[in-house]
Amino acid sequence: MQFFWAFVIGGLICVIGQIMLDVFKLTPAHTMSTLVVAGAVAEGFGLYDPLVEFAGAGASVPITSFGSSLVHGALSELERDGWIGIVTGIFEVTSAGISAAIIFSFLAALLVRPRG
Amino acid sequence: MPASTKSKGAKFNLDTLTHQEYKSIAQKHEPKRSTFKNCVLAFLIGGGICLLGEAIQRGFMSWFGMSVTEAGSPTVAVLIIISVILTSIGVYDKIAQVAGAGTAVPVTGFANSMCSAALEHKSEGYVLGVGGNMFKLAGSVIVFGTVAAFFVGLVYAILGLDGVQQP
Repeated sequence: MQFFWAFVIGGLICVIGQIMLDVFKLTPAHTMSTLVVAGAVAEGFGLYDPLVEFAGAGASVPITSFGSSLVHGALSELERDGWIGIVTGIFEVTSAGISAAIIFSFLAALLVRPRG
Repeated sequence: MPASTKSKGAKFNLDTLTHQEYKSIAQKHEPKRSTFKNCVLAFLIGGGICLLGEAIQRGFMSWFGMSVTEAGSPTVAVLIIISVILTSIGVYDKIAQVAGAGTAVPVTGFANSMCSAALEHKSEGYVLGVGGNMFKLAGSVIVFGTVAAFFVGLVYAILGLDGVQQP
């Protein structure tokens, strides 16, 4: 059942992005930035974690989860270490994703000959 | 330079073409794609990528005995590797032409934007080209995400809320 909801919720978030591109004529960069901020705000209100619990990867794979993870890291270190945690904790959860993207993109640039 | 174009049926003089006229001509030749069809494709392909993510996450959970939260990071990393490989062989961009936001919104689109920027600027050298341009598209996502997260954290700190409940 989780597979079904992962498909539906993940698909719907992509449709929201497509509507922002097509109907509101935003650039891809504006669309992505808006979705990330939306995810961060949703996490701030405590709405994103229930969605992840409900839809699994349908909520954790779209870029909105990047915003929610940034807030998640900031808030959990805020609780543990006090104010400084807001700054030190932001990349705690998303570190894997960002590091992997940097490392593998660089390796790809080393190995692959760009096509015209 | 001759003032008029040589192509058949060109009714406009290129030198006197105003911005408005150009726009109307360009719009006429733009391929018509309905928003509805785009949304259906974005839904199917975006949903499919999330389905793949769910399957990978289940795999990590059952084979390595991870919890849902533990499996999150390796799942994202695997999706990113897949995306980088598909970008390198030129497949991801072909799918993206059909899927629109369906491939851009999932985390794979984030990796795709970084990888394609890195490949595109390789000719300018590794430091200035690859290093300097990798975040050209993905940078705005990180900047706005980080700033938003900072302010949400600030609000929590000022209001004295407890932060997130630990899983």
